[in-house]
Amino acid sequence: MPKAEPTTGRLRGSDLTLSYDERVVVSGLDVEIPDGSFTVIVGPNACGKSTVLKALARMLKPRTGAVYLDGEVISSYRSKDVARRLGLLPQTSIAPGGITVGELVARGRYPHQRLLRQWSTEDEAVTAEAMRLTGVHDLADRLVDELSGGQRQRVWLAMVLAQQTSILLLDEPTTFLDIAHQIEVLDLCANLHEDGNHTLVAVLHDLNQACRYATHLIAMKPGVGVVAQGNPADIVTAELVEDVFGLPCRVIADPETETPLIVPLRRQRVTQTSGA
Amino acid sequence: MRTIRTPAVSLRFSERALLVSTAMAALTVAAAVATMVTGDFPLTIGEVLATFSGNGDGYADFVIFTLRLPRLITGLLVGAALALSGAILQSLSRNPLASPDIIGFTQGAATGAIAVIVLVQGSMTATALGATAVGLLTSAAVYLLAFKQGVQGFRLVLIGIGVSAMMLAVNSYLITRATLESALAAQTWLVGGLNNRGWDEAQVVAAVLAVLLPCALVLGRRLALLEMGDSAATGLGVNAERTRLALLVVSVGLAAVATAAAGPISFVALAAPQLARRLTGASGPGLVASALMGGLLLVVSDFAVQRLFPTTQLPVGIATGAIGGLYLVWLLAHEWRKGSGT
Repeated sequence: MPKAEPTTGRLRGSDLTLSYDERVVVSGLDVEIPDGSFTVIVGPNACGKSTVLKALARMLKPRTGAVYLDGEVISSYRSKDVARRLGLLPQTSIAPGGITVGELVARGRYPHQRLLRQWSTEDEAVTAEAMRLTGVHDLADRLVDELSGGQRQRVWLAMVLAQQTSILLLDEPTTFLDIAHQIEVLDLCANLHEDGNHTLVAVLHDLNQACRYATHLIAMKPGVGVVAQGNPADIVTAELVEDVFGLPCRVIADPETETPLIVPLRRQRVTQTSGA
Repeated sequence: MRTIRTPAVSLRFSERALLVSTAMAALTVAAAVATMVTGDFPLTIGEVLATFSGNGDGYADFVIFTLRLPRLITGLLVGAALALSGAILQSLSRNPLASPDIIGFTQGAATGAIAVIVLVQGSMTATALGATAVGLLTSAAVYLLAFKQGVQGFRLVLIGIGVSAMMLAVNSYLITRATLESALAAQTWLVGGLNNRGWDEAQVVAAVLAVLLPCALVLGRRLALLEMGDSAATGLGVNAERTRLALLVVSVGLAAVATAAAGPISFVALAAPQLARRLTGASGPGLVASALMGGLLLVVSDFAVQRLFPTTQLPVGIATGAIGGLYLVWLLAHEWRKGSGT
C-alpha cells in the first residue's frame, strides 16, 4: 500500500450533525484522522466521542454532512468493501456460546470470503498471524467464555486484525479491564501503530493514558464539539483540562515518557456556613 | 475442524457436525423405511422397492403413493421448514425460547384459519390460505410496531408476545361464536397434524422450500455474525438491518408454508434447533443440522402416532411435544450434570 501524505486523512467527517432521534449530540463537526496516526478522542461523558466514532464507522447515519473514506462518501461503498479498509472493535460484542478463540478470530476474515471460498490458505495464515500478534495463539482451542476479561479483549482485537484493514476504530477498548490489562491492550495498539501499517482511532476515558499513547489527540466538550486537536504535548494544558473537564489540575511531564500527565489539584474543603 | 480446498472452492466444517448430520439423515431414512413397510397393510422392503421402480401391484401402489409417501414427504418437509424457521428466530433474537410464536405468527395464522372456518365455513385450501395471510400480516405488524431505527431482538419479542395475546383473545372469541361443528373443525386445525395430507401439500411445501432453503443457507453466515451484536457484524461488513429483515421474511415464509400444510405443529421450531445445536456443539446457528433434526423429529413422531395409536388418528403435534420434549429435557439435564451447559 502506498504511503499517503502525512497531512492527508483517508478518513474524515465533514460538517457532521449526529443525533439519536431528536437529541442532537454533535453539530457542524469537522474531523480528520491523520494517516498513520494513533488518534485518541477524549472528553467528558456525553460529549459525543463515542458517537463520532460510530459515525466514522458508519454505524450511525449523520443527519447532515458526511463521512468520507478515501475520498468517497462512506455510505456509497458496499458494506463489505468498507470492512476491507476499516475495522471496528465495538464497546460490547457478544461471543456466541461454545465458540473457540480460533473460530472467533477466523470470523474476522468474513469480508475477504465468498460463498464458496470460505477458508483459503490465506485466511488460515492471516488468522494465525493475528493471534500471534495479540498473544492468543496458545488459546486457539480454548472456549472464549472461559477466558479472563483481558484475554477476551485481545481475542476481539485479533478478530479485527484478521480483517486486515489499515484503519482500526476502537471504541473504549480498555473499559472493564483492570489497570494491567488496560496497559497491555494499549501497548498492543502502540505496537501496531509503530509497525507503521495501521492508523488507529480510539475513544479512551483515561486522559493520562490518552496523552501517553496518542500521537494525535482530539478533545471534545459537550455542546461544543472539538475544542482542541493535535499532538498531546502541544495542546494539553491545565487550562484545556479545566475548560473541557471542569477539573482544576496541574499538568506535569510523565516521569516515564515525558508526555503530559494530569494531576488533579488537592481538594479544597468546603467550609459550612451557618444560616443564609 | 476439517478443510476442503480446490482452487475455486474452500470450505471448513466441524467433523462432529458432519457426523451428527449424517447420523440424523440415516435415522430419517430408517424411520421412512419403517413408515413405508408397517401399518394396517404391511409390505416387505422388496415390495416397496418394486413399487418405486414401477413394478408394484396396484394395491402396493395405492398404499405407498396415495397413503404413505405424500404424508411422509409432507412431514419431512414441514419439520425441516419449522426447524429452520425456529433456528433463524432463535439466532436473531438471541433467545433460545424463540419460535414463530414469539413474532405473532402462530396466533395470527390461527386467527386466519378460525375466521375462515367459523365465519365462511371455508374449504381446507381456503383455511390454509386464510392462515397464511393473517399470519403474515400479523408478523409484518409486529415488525413495524417494533421498528425504531431498526429492530432489536428484545423489542421484537415483547411486541410479539403482546400481539399474540391479543390474537389469542380474538381466537377464543371467534370460537364462542361458532357452531359446534365449526368449533370442532377449528379445534382440529389448531392441534395440527398430517392426517389425510396428500401430494398437494407436499408439492406446495417442496416448492417453497426449494426457494427459501437456499436463501436461508446463503444468509446463514451473516446470521452467525449478527449473533455477535450489530456493531461487530457491521464492522465485518454485514448490513445488519437489511440482513435481519431478509432473515425474518425467510423465517416467516417457512413457518407460513409449514402451517398452511399441517397446521400449527407445536414444539418442532423450538426444540429442533436446540437439539441440533447441542448435538453438533456448533457455535453458530447450524441451519442444516436444524433442518435435518426437524425433519427427523416429525417423521419419527408421525410414525409413532400412526403405529402406536392406529385407531385414534392422534395429531402428530402431541408426539413431537412428547418425544422432542423428553429428549430435550434429558439432553439439558445430562449437560448440566456435566457442568458444560449454559
